[in-house]
Amino acid sequence: MAEIRNYTLNFGPQHPSAHGVLRLVLELDGEVIERADPHIGLLHRGTEKLAEHKAFNQNIGYMDRLDYVSMLANEHGYVLAIEKMLGTVPPVRAQYIRVMFDEVTRILNHLLWLGAHALDIGAMTVFLFAFREREDLFDAYEAVSGARMHATYYRPGGVYRDLPDTMPKYETSKWHNQKEVNKLNENREGSLLDFLEDFTRRFPGYVDEYETLLTDNRIWKQRTVDIAIVSPERALQMGLTGPMLRGSGVEWDLRKKQPYEVYDQLDFDIPVGVTGDCYDRYLVRVAEMREANKIIKQCIDWLRANPGPVIVNDVKVAPPSRENMKGNMEAMIHHFKLFTEGYCVPEGEAYAAVEHPKGEFGIYLVSDGANKPYRLKIRAPGFAHLAALDEMSRGHMLADVVAIIGTQDIVFGEVDR
Amino acid sequence: MSNHVKSLATSLQARFDDRIRESNIALDELTIVVAKKDIMDVTTVLKEEFAFDQLIDLCGVDYSTYGNAESSFKPAERFAVIYHLLSVRNNYRLRVRTFLPDEAMPKIASIKTIWSAANWFEREAFDLYGFIFEGHDDLRRLLTDYGFIGHPFRKDFPLEGNVEMRYDPVQQRVIYEPVSIEERNLVPRVIRRDNRYHSSTQPGEA
Repeated sequence: MAEIRNYTLNFGPQHPSAHGVLRLVLELDGEVIERADPHIGLLHRGTEKLAEHKAFNQNIGYMDRLDYVSMLANEHGYVLAIEKMLGTVPPVRAQYIRVMFDEVTRILNHLLWLGAHALDIGAMTVFLFAFREREDLFDAYEAVSGARMHATYYRPGGVYRDLPDTMPKYETSKWHNQKEVNKLNENREGSLLDFLEDFTRRFPGYVDEYETLLTDNRIWKQRTVDIAIVSPERALQMGLTGPMLRGSGVEWDLRKKQPYEVYDQLDFDIPVGVTGDCYDRYLVRVAEMREANKIIKQCIDWLRANPGPVIVNDVKVAPPSRENMKGNMEAMIHHFKLFTEGYCVPEGEAYAAVEHPKGEFGIYLVSDGANKPYRLKIRAPGFAHLAALDEMSRGHMLADVVAIIGTQDIVFGEVDR
Repeated sequence: MSNHVKSLATSLQARFDDRIRESNIALDELTIVVAKKDIMDVTTVLKEEFAFDQLIDLCGVDYSTYGNAESSFKPAERFAVIYHLLSVRNNYRLRVRTFLPDEAMPKIASIKTIWSAANWFEREAFDLYGFIFEGHDDLRRLLTDYGFIGHPFRKDFPLEGNVEMRYDPVQQRVIYEPVSIEERNLVPRVIRRDNRYHSSTQPGEA
């Protein structure tokens, strides 16, 4: 019988289950991983350096492109850091809108994660189901900001504009006749809030569908149970946050522990795992989707009952209304200064963190009093998670690496920045 | 919240005494400045005794073009390493700043043995700022290209970079050339004193 030697395998950077551009150098003993060395940076765009050369508000668009499956949650971290330094408190309605869209984003992110994770392990259907629901949420994004993904909707001091009263509708075409279009437009007759409410009513049923496909699925369990077990101590050591930490049984969620915006007034639970394997992290995330759905419902009810301003009335930070600008010289000057020079943030430094769908997303902002950040450090949850890949995959089989990348919910936009 | 932070500041001061060079609370965040030589001792104690069980972030800062003559914060050295710590047990956050004195060869002890999370964060700081983390056994570049020259996040590194890459049909390979694009800055950097923020209460000092 021939002798089996250790060998090195190159995985990626172009591999369907590398979730983007991950190059992994794997040292194998037969089919068992001895060492995994991720090579990252293939999507490095130098966001932090670029941000140093742009006025504060111009950087909001870059934040969308960090973790490009949870766009508004990234913006939220950045906007919070600026608000902290400016001492600006957004109106309550803006805070509710942000929380609502953060949770919409959480569902968007977890749906992509669920679909991609299941697809990697061999379950095709979940991916198609997940993208069906993502479509509705993208429509909500589009209705409010005009963009399906990279919304650039949050601003320091609030949000760019109030929720729209109408939803964009489908039109007849040579592929869809009037009858089909009427059916498609059924839940789009009212406002955005009506549309989202309809979604929250339907969504728990959809989650049940995913669970029917996976939770008791024999193959799914074989591929995830007892794979990449992380003890709570190691999880903290390696800097894991979010569902990765909660999957290991550490009850830690910034929305509860260090509440920002209006999370302290909402009713939701923090799901926690027990064993810290891939299956537990799956259960945690699925439960998080249900919780997010609950939060969205509460926000809708509040937003319905409480109209009001959605951005601070401080023309040094937020632009004056269009009407005001056309008729008032002072407002016109403010508008001009705001869009040509921006605003100066007082000297100092701040760290603001949000509970991003993937974990703790933090922005460390240093300002020297200029209209641009002096230093912007993005603390991306995926970066710490991918650093833990080596330890998590040791001793597992080659095929399990794919399950581990899936469970870490890696997105290269934020890892490489 | 702020009492929480103050009590942490007092207990840190009591435990470390003069090893904390400077300590201030701004925007509800506690920052301590620690000398380079003490970083290992201080972080070990912070983890063991103050239950800072997570290293949330580690990053470099280049203060060389910081502010102007009126700035209230005068950095002592060009480079600094900033550690952001989180205690999950006590729900505290702490920022530790360490200045690196030697500008030509900034070196600092690696804290990889204290928190495993430091591994990649230190590699990143090495890559982007050129800090040497002594005791780190795998200090390779992380984010930049294979064979990259320079440390891109230093303030003297141009935003456009130094080289650009293209495929050369004659040589039939990818070649590097000096950059052809010019710097373009549409919004000049200005520092304006805004009296709303500089009245009686100074909200934050770096």
